[in-house]
Amino acid sequence: MLPIIFVLPFIQLLVLSNAASFEVKNIKFSYVDNDHSASSRELISKFQSSSYFVMVDEFPSKKEANLQMQKGKVDVILEIPNHFERNLLSEKKAALSVSINAIDGAAAGVENVYISQIIASYNQKIRTQLSQYNEGTFIQPQNIITIPSFWYNKTLNYKTLMVPGILVLLVTMLTLFLSAMNIVREKEIGTLEQINVTPIKKHQFIIGKLFPFWVLGLLILTVGLIIARVVFQIPIIGNIGLIYLFTSVYLLVILGIGLFISNYTETQQQAMFIAWFFTVIFILMSGLFTPIESMPNWAQQITLVNPIRYFVEIIRMVMLKGATFSDISTPFFIIVFYAFSINGLAVWSYKKTN
Amino acid sequence: MNQEKIISVQNLSKKFGDFTAVNNISFEVNRGEIFGFLGANGAGKTTAMKMLIGISKPSSGEATVAGFDVKTNSEMVKKSIGYMSQKFSMYDDLTIKENITFFGGIYGLSKSQIKEKTSKLIAELQLEEVANKLVGSLPLGWKQKLAFSVALLHEPKIVFLDEPTGGVDPITRRQFWEMIYAEAHKGTTLFVTTHYMDEAEYCDRVSIMVEGHIEALDTPKNLKTQFNVDSMNEVFLKLARNIE
Repeated sequence: MLPIIFVLPFIQLLVLSNAASFEVKNIKFSYVDNDHSASSRELISKFQSSSYFVMVDEFPSKKEANLQMQKGKVDVILEIPNHFERNLLSEKKAALSVSINAIDGAAAGVENVYISQIIASYNQKIRTQLSQYNEGTFIQPQNIITIPSFWYNKTLNYKTLMVPGILVLLVTMLTLFLSAMNIVREKEIGTLEQINVTPIKKHQFIIGKLFPFWVLGLLILTVGLIIARVVFQIPIIGNIGLIYLFTSVYLLVILGIGLFISNYTETQQQAMFIAWFFTVIFILMSGLFTPIESMPNWAQQITLVNPIRYFVEIIRMVMLKGATFSDISTPFFIIVFYAFSINGLAVWSYKKTN
Repeated sequence: MNQEKIISVQNLSKKFGDFTAVNNISFEVNRGEIFGFLGANGAGKTTAMKMLIGISKPSSGEATVAGFDVKTNSEMVKKSIGYMSQKFSMYDDLTIKENITFFGGIYGLSKSQIKEKTSKLIAELQLEEVANKLVGSLPLGWKQKLAFSVALLHEPKIVFLDEPTGGVDPITRRQFWEMIYAEAHKGTTLFVTTHYMDEAEYCDRVSIMVEGHIEALDTPKNLKTQFNVDSMNEVFLKLARNIE
């Protein structure tokens, strides 16, 4: 069992960190060129040279292209109308039609932005050329160019964001499930009854049961951080001691929840079911995959009682931004409070006498 | 025999909702006695026993075990008793030695005491060859004998045995009862539940529970005379039939 406990999370870390990406890449791009001019070819070559798009094919008509989109063979259709070049030169504007497969709305939005940027940069180039032709007339286009500057994750590497978050998940799930299952298992096999007729103190039993999982959680964190650093080259800017300080308290919360679950369940199946219920809610409402700021207000309120939320927040702050203790003190004290209350509740609900 | 009362139960009841599992039972057990606690399945004997060992709170009534009230002082009761449940309940994934060390530690024995007890116990049970094997790999009969010995580790005044010989072969059962006698001889009180009526004959006194009540309580000899039969088996059947 011990090798499984260690090997599985790291397979998950390695696989998920590569797979759980919201970057939209390999967009299947196709076009219908009704103009066949130098301008239309130049526009298409812009898309071809973008690393985000994969050229599928040119279609002779929009109808055929639509058919392929229905089959899922293409994501984006760019239709260049007749007289595109002529209109662009004479009227300095031209219409383009873009169709995007929007079954995945989020991806479609991102694709739309990419396309607009490519077209805009193409358009500016045209205008610049145009203005050079009309040098005498003083209509120099005043282009305002925005230069985005990305902080903390300069290369916009998705893994930098996801690896710490996934590490949080693994530490959480493993300790929650193991602690919830473990005591229920003793109920099932009858050893808990034997323990209950001994004069052992409640706190002795609970510490004895949960301490190994606490150590295990910190071990998994350690190996996970090493993988993050060595395999994924994630920066660890902040003080690593802060991460350990926070995790050691955080694990108490999770173990307390596990103990609490096992106190109110009779079988491992029941414990598993409830542990899953909490895990799914905690993960999806943690801000790991979707930003908390874009959740509806009531959902944001719920995330306030989600321990994973604080862990995700803090590990990202410390690892990526180099946050200091004063930066994370609020979530830290919330977790300390949480640890005390959930464990108090768990110890209280653990009864040697029924 | 010393007539000191080591267990004394007065009007003890346990209700689960509308269902009364144990209905107003009263009895006393003397020090050094082998007390048979008999009853059909579901008669309430396990529930009654759980109240006496302090893991189930009585709904009403009084009970003292080794001088401690089971309601208010159950942790002191637990220090004074040993318990072996009908479900084998040592850790299958620990070795024999580890189990002994673990339970010895829980009862507060010192390291040297544990060491001494371990070697003595393993020698007595002739388990030298398997002492470092996982308990889960032992045959059931051996497990039961081991569990009984572990329940005696801290030299409790009373040992509660809940169907200790269920599923065990006749030879092992015999050996098991020899262990029980040996222990009673040392002055330990044994409180035994069983389904085997031949085992009931070995007890100093037996009580027979039927549907939450104690229907009979006396020495096996007196009970047989009282019901005018030859064996405890017939006593039991007569009592159980009266109810039906």
